[in-house]
Amino acid sequence: MEREPRSQASRRDILRLLGAGAVAGPVLRAIPVQAAEYAHRVVAEEKSAATGGAYSPKFFPARQYQALNVLCEAILPADAECGGAVEGGAPEFIDLLASENPAYQLQLGGGLMWLDNACATGYGAAFLECAAQQQAEVLDRIAYRKNAVEDPNLLAAVEFFALLRNLTADAFFTSKIGIQYLGYVGNTFLPEFPGCPPVPGV
Amino acid sequence: MFQFIRSPKVYDVCIIGSGAGGGTAAKVLTEGGLNVVMLEAGPLLHPAKDFKEHMWPYQLAHRGADIGGRGLHAYNGEFMAPNGFWEIEGEPYTLAQGTQFRWFRSRIEGGRTNHWGRIALRFAPVDFKARSTDGMGDDWPIAYEEIAPYYDKVESFIGVFGSKENIASAPNGVFLPPPKPRCTETLIKKSCDRLDIACIPSRMAILTQAHNNRPSCHYCAQCYRGCISASNFSSSQVMIPPAQATGRFTLVANAMAREIVVGKDGKPVAVSYIDKTTRSECQIRARAFVVAASACESARLLLNSRSSAHPGGLANSSGAVGRYLTDSVGSVGVGYFPQLENMPPHNHDGVGGMQMYIPWWKYDRKNEFLRGYHVEFGGGRTMPAVGEFDGVCRQHEGYGLALKKQCRTSYGAYIGLSGRGEMIPNVNSYCEIDPQVVDEWGIPVLRFHWQWGANEIAMAKDMQETFRSIVETAGGTYSGNANPGGPLPYGISEGGTIIHEVGTARMGADPRTSVLNAYCQAHDVKNLFVADGAPFVTNSDKNPTLTIMALSWRASDSLLDQAKKGEL
Repeated sequence: MEREPRSQASRRDILRLLGAGAVAGPVLRAIPVQAAEYAHRVVAEEKSAATGGAYSPKFFPARQYQALNVLCEAILPADAECGGAVEGGAPEFIDLLASENPAYQLQLGGGLMWLDNACATGYGAAFLECAAQQQAEVLDRIAYRKNAVEDPNLLAAVEFFALLRNLTADAFFTSKIGIQYLGYVGNTFLPEFPGCPPVPGV
Repeated sequence: MFQFIRSPKVYDVCIIGSGAGGGTAAKVLTEGGLNVVMLEAGPLLHPAKDFKEHMWPYQLAHRGADIGGRGLHAYNGEFMAPNGFWEIEGEPYTLAQGTQFRWFRSRIEGGRTNHWGRIALRFAPVDFKARSTDGMGDDWPIAYEEIAPYYDKVESFIGVFGSKENIASAPNGVFLPPPKPRCTETLIKKSCDRLDIACIPSRMAILTQAHNNRPSCHYCAQCYRGCISASNFSSSQVMIPPAQATGRFTLVANAMAREIVVGKDGKPVAVSYIDKTTRSECQIRARAFVVAASACESARLLLNSRSSAHPGGLANSSGAVGRYLTDSVGSVGVGYFPQLENMPPHNHDGVGGMQMYIPWWKYDRKNEFLRGYHVEFGGGRTMPAVGEFDGVCRQHEGYGLALKKQCRTSYGAYIGLSGRGEMIPNVNSYCEIDPQVVDEWGIPVLRFHWQWGANEIAMAKDMQETFRSIVETAGGTYSGNANPGGPLPYGISEGGTIIHEVGTARMGADPRTSVLNAYCQAHDVKNLFVADGAPFVTNSDKNPTLTIMALSWRASDSLLDQAKKGEL
């Protein structure tokens, strides 16, 4: 992706400044906080520009990837306040990791196959073609460990769903909207740390 | 094609390793007028390019989980400063049967000071007198009073925040002001007050004021990623620049030391190393040597430096090299605090690590174990990270809006507690050369043997009880490990995982039972010093880095002094 020339030049300037400090500054390079802040921002922008664009799945076949989208959104759905796991990038994240991890390929790929089979057995249709109520029924069976205690045949499916739930949470809560939803404030530059604000019970 | 390159120049000193010990030696020796060459097994560090400071997880495709998720639940996740590894491709180590041990190594200018927690604690006077105090292990050949001036020098130079508390187990130092506590810290402090447990500002090598031409911390809590403004301590950004400024310093990167070569009289004359970039064999000559490759890597180098004069390895007539290996005793637990649920959003970042801690407070009474531990803790509304919601997902299960809301409610309501205790050296914990395995450079690798003793298990049990009482007194719910059985009773850490390995070339007054004298100088060969964690006689509950630097500074002063007198 093209960056505007001004940024490039600025970044070079910053790096030169930092580098010059390392060579010429006998003791330690002294960087005013503002300059450091600017350097961080420019470098971060450049690094982030490496990602982006439309995502094409690397591991899951198209239909499985569709199912993955439905599952992620079911795990952490959008609500009036905030988008859900799909907007938070969970399917891309999970597909990327799976494409690099044979254990995930087995567990997630196999789990999705199990899901279609369970739906076909129960409702005569693959997961994606099932009605919302039917999808919920099957998820309710695999979303709780106690169900696998009652029916050990569900153990692999329950573990599959637990992994999917963890990875979905990983992706959503590290996305821009997820971080905003949690209300994390920080990753910034403060001249002094203010400490704990007044909070009842703390 | 085989190449052998021998440097024409003879340096005054060759330092092997660029971490806390090597960096300190480089600064002191070059400023003292000596010509110094340093070998580092990894590449040079470029903070502006290498550090991921201030990046958001969503700016990385893997969100911090790294390729295939290998950074999930790992100490060295994707955001961490570069080249700190649990496993290095092509450079294995082996484990004796039944041993659980992990070895964290780094291959980068500055070594593990790029990755450490910046916790900078002085040993207490009693920590140097273990045998005199309780009859176990050995005393150091030096007393606190001898090293105290060097603690002063190190703290004054690198900048350490803290507070003078006059606690016998946590000596006062030269401190910058500590930052204000976070909500999580206030909460634990109140609980400790009720339990009569000391809870004080931590001591960290992070600048709360501009210091020695380095700007103050900007409170982003990301020290472990590397600090582009060098507001925390790393050897690469704080020790090596002043050495470079003298004009008497040469840093050779990507240089993996194979062996210290001795002359006919058995005295070290050169280091042979592999230039990893060209895969060529090189040799560099010097008059004196400072081995500071990290405790176990230094032991490996000495043991691999066999000659007719030193058949058991260099400086190893005592047979103590590789022995007396210890790590800190670790055990962890976590508290969930309802009063932290749904906190008003506020900046909780602070410095990169704890701003308060619990020093060893039961030194004045008889306990069910010898020695002591301190407690580190942290949590709260930190930057959301991968792996963070595993616990919530496991506990609440299900899916949908209820789960989403539960995650938000629980966010920031956890505080983890982590003990760091003293391990007493035992005969079953050591490292040696594995005669059957070499790394990709053809260098024989280490084989580790490890066993916790009963004292360490008793300590882990006590940690668990302490954590529970602190959490419950604060109104929280505790989850820990009270299981006395299994390979890791009471959740005691796997050996090596606290990354405080020390003791593998210990100092002592008696050359028959120790490797080094009181100045970290080999008993067997006068022009060889060891300046990392290897010289430690005991591994007190204090994190070792500050003491490594103080010992290295002291050893370097001694080396300078002897060099001036022509004794080397």
